Amino acid sequence: MSNTITIDGQTVPFEEGQTIMDAALAAGVYIPHLCHNPEFTPHGSCKLCTVNVNGRNVASCTMPAVEGQQIANDTAELNAKRLALTQMLFVEGNHFCPFCEKSGNCNLQAVAYHLGMMSPRYNHFYPAREVDATHPDILLDRNRCILCELCVRASRDVDGKEVFGLSGRGIHCKLVVNSASGDLVDTDLAATDKAASVCPTGAIIVKRCGFSVPIGERIFDHKDIGKVQIEAAQREKSHG
Amino acid sequence: MGENKKIRVATCSLAGCFGCHMSLLDIDEKLLTLLELVEFDRSPLTDIKHCGPCDVGLIEGGVCNAENVHVLKEFRKNCKVLVAVGSCAITGGIPAMRNNIGLWECFQEVYQFEGGLEGGQIPNDPELPLPFDKVHPIYEVVNVDYFLPGCPPPAGAIWKFLTDLLAGREPKLEYEMLHYD
Repeated sequence: MSNTITIDGQTVPFEEGQTIMDAALAAGVYIPHLCHNPEFTPHGSCKLCTVNVNGRNVASCTMPAVEGQQIANDTAELNAKRLALTQMLFVEGNHFCPFCEKSGNCNLQAVAYHLGMMSPRYNHFYPAREVDATHPDILLDRNRCILCELCVRASRDVDGKEVFGLSGRGIHCKLVVNSASGDLVDTDLAATDKAASVCPTGAIIVKRCGFSVPIGERIFDHKDIGKVQIEAAQREKSHG
Repeated sequence: MGENKKIRVATCSLAGCFGCHMSLLDIDEKLLTLLELVEFDRSPLTDIKHCGPCDVGLIEGGVCNAENVHVLKEFRKNCKVLVAVGSCAITGGIPAMRNNIGLWECFQEVYQFEGGLEGGQIPNDPELPLPFDKVHPIYEVVNVDYFLPGCPPPAGAIWKFLTDLLAGREPKLEYEMLHYD
């Protein structure tokens, strides 16, 4: 038997070049993640997908699958760390679900539901962040940005426009717009671009679409994000 | 269960909209069942002004002024189990939208610049509680035992939470009952 890894006691096959995350998704094993999206090159920044491989904690979205790896994923210890990371994301930005257009369809919120987050636990930063409403079709609300770089990757790798980038380090890191004015209106970003729809939170949203789906019919109203993302991966697999 | 064994519950709304209290009323006929199990101390339902010794305190709303802190501390001192109910108590919620706008600018906008106001004076009666420059969730001020998220938490979630708590079980919400909105 070759090319298999073991996740929480379950034997999972992998193909050469796959990461642990790739193999897990293909096998229907959910590893919580936020900055990872199977359509893009892994970024490895949110650390939510941290698993324990042969005694060492690593990011599963960037770690190549190697024959014989013994991996712990869905454990109380790792989920507690993931919950703490998620809570830190909540207090570091301004994430107010009750009036966010993305609520119910938001990966950050859904991961928090999955991990059973009852409160953000830490003291809120309530940072002052800029909202860019200059673009006629797209809103950029940095209050909700978790710096996952999915929009940066989508704009660069799929749309070929390089509209977004990250600037600054540590707590001063923020999403910037690649135009002379720094405003979204002065870029060629279009509402049909991948970068306009890839945001896992409500930081980048297409205007005039908010609240169009009623509560009760949104993506995560009845279904855990693990199930949603595994089903998406299975669909992708069956469509080749 | 005898009258003297009823569980004593206090509720209040700090910087909230009373929506969570409305959701509590939304348990409809189960209110009658609830009243067989509990009796209310300070609550909008009783109009008692100060909280006495209680088993459970339910707090709606965040902390936006000095009075909120006094009420919250009174609840913490008197309640064996303190529960943060709803988004405002847990994150600051809608009132915390003002957290990045200066207090003076907020007052000017509301009392001076807004059309249709007579006099244009900012209220300064000494009876009025002193507002804070930022709104905070209650757990940043006192220790909180349980959290019941939602804006508001659905009546079903409140019922499940209370019945778990009253029965001595660790409160546990099903996936569909856990909402932040």
